Amino acid sequence: MENKYDIQDDNQLTVEQAIANLQGEDLGLRVYAAWWLGRFRVDAQEAIDVLIAALEDEEDRTEVGGYPLRRNAARALGKLGNRRAVAPLIRALECSDFYVREAAAQSLEMLGDLSCIPILIELLKDNVPGTLPAPEPPQLAQPYDAILETLGTLGATDTIPDICPFLDHFIPRIQYSAARAMYLLTADPETANHYGDRLVQELSNDNLQLRRTVLADLGAIGYLPAAEAIAQTLAENSLKLIALKGLLEKQLQQTTPPDLSSGAIKVMTLMDELL
Amino acid sequence: MNATLQSLIHAVEEADSSTKMLEAVQNLAAARLEGAVPTLIAVLGYNNPGAAVAAVDGLVQIGEPAVSALLEQLDRHNYSARAWAIRALAGIGDPRGLITLLGAATADFALSVRRAAAKGLGTMKWHWFPNDELLEIAQEEALEALLFVAQQDEEWVVRYSAVVGLQSLAVAISDTHLDWLLQIQTQFEQMANNDNSWAVRGRVFLAQQQLQAIDREPQPVDDQPSPLSAIDWHLIMEKLYDRRNQERLVFPEGDPRRYRELAVAIAQNPSDS
Repeated sequence: MENKYDIQDDNQLTVEQAIANLQGEDLGLRVYAAWWLGRFRVDAQEAIDVLIAALEDEEDRTEVGGYPLRRNAARALGKLGNRRAVAPLIRALECSDFYVREAAAQSLEMLGDLSCIPILIELLKDNVPGTLPAPEPPQLAQPYDAILETLGTLGATDTIPDICPFLDHFIPRIQYSAARAMYLLTADPETANHYGDRLVQELSNDNLQLRRTVLADLGAIGYLPAAEAIAQTLAENSLKLIALKGLLEKQLQQTTPPDLSSGAIKVMTLMDELL
Repeated sequence: MNATLQSLIHAVEEADSSTKMLEAVQNLAAARLEGAVPTLIAVLGYNNPGAAVAAVDGLVQIGEPAVSALLEQLDRHNYSARAWAIRALAGIGDPRGLITLLGAATADFALSVRRAAAKGLGTMKWHWFPNDELLEIAQEEALEALLFVAQQDEEWVVRYSAVVGLQSLAVAISDTHLDWLLQIQTQFEQMANNDNSWAVRGRVFLAQQQLQAIDREPQPVDDQPSPLSAIDWHLIMEKLYDRRNQERLVFPEGDPRRYRELAVAIAQNPSDS
């Protein structure tokens, strides 16, 4: 039963305690507190302040020079939905640590603020001095997938020429991110579907990890023509259900509740079978 | 044992890669032969999720003849095999699995098990029940478990599944228990307005539509007789009464989720499907 009390203590980490821990001596507790504030969506002003300050932390370093606390702070700020974090996150895009830049790009995607587009393009061209590549192979210069996905979500149509070359990147995951962005940025529906279909084809990829990745991409863009292929691909039902949820939510946005489109009904019929 | 079955089983036993294993299990499952049950159940314990999914599908297709072997599987210690067996029981809907599903839907730590059990509670083979008294107790337990899951589970997909389960249950009880039907509809109203997942709300809208449509059309009647013996029913009844008594004892102290949270913390990273 001791165990039980430990768990409750964890869950009962109060907002005050987490904010205090984030500024405390223990580096482990700091990193945990940053994660915790994001996980429980603590959007108090003070929490935002300490997380923004943590984006400039110098004390918590990995052997290869990474910034674990900055990474977690960047991730948390995306979840808290406060626009005050936009400018500090844009600065974090210039951090030497690849994973801080990745987390910052993902959080800026969630915050939906267009002001980060110019620096994202510079990163895509690898024009930002002081940024180091990922420490492990294939040692990518930049977190291209996160950058591409963010540009797509932000509707940065001017960046299409910069995105296109990534459709042929040697890493499939990055190709998918480019296709996903192109789907969102292409105005002509028929051309856009061409990019969606390209993702659907990848559901038959031999590599399970890639099928999982593409499931997430299709869910993120809510591409309805993918519904049956998603239901049939060889992957965990949990992941298929999450992808289909993305399709369903897109369909639900297109009607006034409780009306349902035929697409929504079709997606739910497929989902019911996967439970 | 016929030659086809033997060679299909042999292929499963000989498979030396996860792809070959998956293929062999899919082939064995597709044959829908009762003799495949022990092999399919053994696959649940192989720690090969793809093959396990195929084996569960196969067991669900075979149905009732697989149930007693599945219930035996539940007594063993391999958690992941246990979870797959619960999924198969949920898919089959045999009343001998009812008690297991009630517990799994409300308190299992793996969300894939909770969601399968919730759906299974709605699609139990109610028409097999030998008398109204037992049927009523069983359906009331299922209703309470599903309402609990719909209101309390923190995972959208489990609540979604509870909606699917409640919809099936509503159809099953619509002629006999107007009060329960009303409870389900009230629950749906609440979720349609308040659930924080749009996917769950969408499924509620669909359930509401489909329940209205059912009012207008008579339902097809499945009158296949129950293959269960008097002893089976006796056991089911005994366990149901046990469960009721236990609920009375435990309930004031809190809900089953306390145990689930404990389990989650202990098994930090349960393999899930």
